Amino acid sequence: MTADPADEALLEELQQGAFDYFLRAYNPRNGLVADTTREGAPCSIAVIGFALSAYPVGVERRWMERADAVQRTLVTLRFLMASDQSGSARATGCHGFYFHFLDMVTGTRAWLSEVSLIDTGFLMAGVLTAAAYFDANESDEIELRRLADALYRRVDWRWAQPEGGAVTHGWKPECGFLNYGWEGYSEAILLYMLGLGSPTHALTDQSFTAWTSTYQWENLYGHDFLYAGPLFIHQFSHAWIDFRGIRDAFMREKNCDYFENSRRATYVQREYAIRNPGSFTGYGADSWGISAGDGPSAKSRFIAGRDQSFYGYAARGVPYGPDDGTISGSSTLSSLVFAPELVLPALRALRSRSGGKDATFIRASGFNPTVAEAGPNGWVSAGEFGLDQGMIVLMIENHRSGLPWRLGRANPFVRAGLRRAGFTGGWL
Amino acid sequence: MRSSHPLPDPSHAGADDGQRSLNGRPPDWRNPQPREPYHLLVIGGGPAGLVAARAAAALGARVALIEKNLLGGVSLNSGCVPSQALIRTSRLYADMRNAQAYGARTPQAIEVDFPLAMERMRRVRARVGRVDSAQRVAAAGVDLFFGTASFVGADVIEVDGLRLRFKKALIATGSRSLLPTIPGLDDAGYLTNESLFDLTALPKSLLVIGGGPVGCQVAQALCRFGSRTIIAHAEPLFLPKEERDAALLLAEALARDGVEIHLNTKAVNVRVEGGKKLVETVNDGNVATIEVEEILTGIGRIPALSGLNLEAAGVAFDADKGIVVDDFLRTTNRRIFAAGDVCLEHAFTDTAEASARIVVCNALCFGRERLSALTIPWCTYTDPEIAHVGIYVRQARERGIPVKTFTVPMHDVDRAIADGEESGFVKIHVRDGSDQILGATVVARHAGEMINDLSLAMVAGIGLGTIARVMHAYPTQAEAIRKAATAYASAQTRPWLTWLRRRWFAR
Repeated sequence: MTADPADEALLEELQQGAFDYFLRAYNPRNGLVADTTREGAPCSIAVIGFALSAYPVGVERRWMERADAVQRTLVTLRFLMASDQSGSARATGCHGFYFHFLDMVTGTRAWLSEVSLIDTGFLMAGVLTAAAYFDANESDEIELRRLADALYRRVDWRWAQPEGGAVTHGWKPECGFLNYGWEGYSEAILLYMLGLGSPTHALTDQSFTAWTSTYQWENLYGHDFLYAGPLFIHQFSHAWIDFRGIRDAFMREKNCDYFENSRRATYVQREYAIRNPGSFTGYGADSWGISAGDGPSAKSRFIAGRDQSFYGYAARGVPYGPDDGTISGSSTLSSLVFAPELVLPALRALRSRSGGKDATFIRASGFNPTVAEAGPNGWVSAGEFGLDQGMIVLMIENHRSGLPWRLGRANPFVRAGLRRAGFTGGWL
Repeated sequence: MRSSHPLPDPSHAGADDGQRSLNGRPPDWRNPQPREPYHLLVIGGGPAGLVAARAAAALGARVALIEKNLLGGVSLNSGCVPSQALIRTSRLYADMRNAQAYGARTPQAIEVDFPLAMERMRRVRARVGRVDSAQRVAAAGVDLFFGTASFVGADVIEVDGLRLRFKKALIATGSRSLLPTIPGLDDAGYLTNESLFDLTALPKSLLVIGGGPVGCQVAQALCRFGSRTIIAHAEPLFLPKEERDAALLLAEALARDGVEIHLNTKAVNVRVEGGKKLVETVNDGNVATIEVEEILTGIGRIPALSGLNLEAAGVAFDADKGIVVDDFLRTTNRRIFAAGDVCLEHAFTDTAEASARIVVCNALCFGRERLSALTIPWCTYTDPEIAHVGIYVRQARERGIPVKTFTVPMHDVDRAIADGEESGFVKIHVRDGSDQILGATVVARHAGEMINDLSLAMVAGIGLGTIARVMHAYPTQAEAIRKAATAYASAQTRPWLTWLRRRWFAR
């Protein structure tokens, strides 16, 4: 919990504002949730996962009735269960996985999106979170748990290991498996835990070995950590899994754990922002958060003598970029559990940017003070993105009450997955 | 005996090319009278062959060197040397355009004179070739034969109808371009890394098929000269063997220059329409057509084995991997050794030369030097450069070695900031818990110069603890290496010692 009432009020405002996204972005006919608030946005299956995880927070915070949360979840789960799993170009998924983007009305594949492993992972994390929370012995909640269990057991994780090692990024009906695999430290650690813990179609042990084979333990700016550039990588899986005190072989070797690692990654971000090698406006000790998200697509301009381009939606990272001066407020906020001593001062600084009146830009997918002419906070991404709102709801809640972590710890599949990956110690 | 093989004579060759031919293969050259049996007979007058022939002659051995074409090999004639010369000019144009970043005014009009750049390239090539002129090689005591060598027995070879017997032989014939089989490519015509240096005009647009290190070098250089340049790379990852951060930084640098990189993209068909080459590509099932004036391909290398008649000598080989050698560089015929591209995984000039020195030692001096003991650095001469030595983190982890990396971004190095060359890093991998350097990657504008410090440390067994105590001139970019070493030394402080110090100074 946060000692300062002003901090607490700001966190409440940000968390509830983020939660409201899921009420607005929901299609009551099929339970799908839009990727963003932008006109014509399709559903993102990852955002469904965040929505399903956010409802229990809403119930606990009294922003939503439990019965309403159950009904919303049930509509979503029933749709997923009955969806077209043929893998055709206009299906909803295959082998228990789902296309990354779905049409908000028909629930079939949007654009030429891929059957996405990581996004199905986030979806399943939400499905299992819902099943863990809605534990009442009454018919709707029983059905909810039954559907959640069936959906998870239906996912054929093994199918997604076409070469027996790392899990593929995805599959398309047009070309089969994508040529990319989930290797090296990233947000996908959750994916491996869910896949390894499956009682029906589990990943092989080699999958986790392949995933960790490209880990890089680096000393950067005086901090030893498992390196990854964009901040969200150090955050996403931590929304559901409490990595405090549990260690796999790699973390045992390094006398660290993934939670502590994310804390150090937060410090590295701050160090980078202090150095500010790109000489961007607004970077500093209390202004950092270089991550994936929306950014300006403005014309390039001269900054510190060089021609600086702007990258639009991109995975920004430190210390090698890409960096165009865009800060992801949700990534700053999502480090709250790891390093409140850095995040709270950063939040206060962000709040003071607008004279304390308007904190909504913090929840935008990105803002860029270097593009100063666009407004008081520089350029601000239009609308809201579901992934950001989901992370804000869950990570603030993990900071305030630890509810999402508690639900994750209770999940037998996640526990089994962690054990198979070699995690020991702590709550495990 | 006079050579019966025609000399290369590109029609555009200027005075410097003429000089190069004179150096590398004088038109009036007469093959010498054989002094059989040769203690060492060397086939191939590239870097490996020249080093071996000179070293063996210096020992007093009877040495023969047979070269099919020009002395100097790929490196001098169509590899590192001409590439570097063009890269230098292209960097200058890039700096001129980017003058403001260095506190200077960008020139009003920057007009690229491509023939002038090529003229300088030929001048540089001729100049470098002077040292290894045929006359100088012969004067060093080497019997130099021009002609095509072909084994006729286990200890005899034929060149230009002449049979030469040897006690030991070295095959150092190098490598040649590996051409992809793409329907229509032959009819449309293409450049290779060899014919590239015969260009007389800059192509308006260029598709580089294959995104390896050499492809990146050429793509960046020609793009900076003003050619619209596209790389089509079949692999899903850019520079798949390199550190991901190195590949990322280079991809960004290429993009800044205007090079388009199409990953996961296979060229499947080429046709010509209206004088343009139309290349059909496939990416994850999506078909697209790229229209360009020229295509550069054949950047991959394949061992040059044709005509050697290796079977007659009992030398085993693989058409793709080259001559089979053991760790002492001996072939399956114990009299015959191999060195350089014809048998090695790394097709680098420095590696070819180092392997040739091993052969001279092992073949003539009863040596037992091993190829696996070599510490091989390499560098991709893009801007920034990517240089590497030793093993990668992934290799260390595969071998179960606990590894830790000390990283210093170039933006933390004062000289790099002053030079406006902040893109890059020094990463030094050590065995975790010790200061033993396992490998390193440097990305910097002069990474090739910086990596030598680390190669030296690795060969001499110097660890990061020692490097931390070595003063580095300030301000220099190589100070990044000292900073990484200092980070290592700082991390060694024991908690109890920290506690003791605090107590002491709190008195």
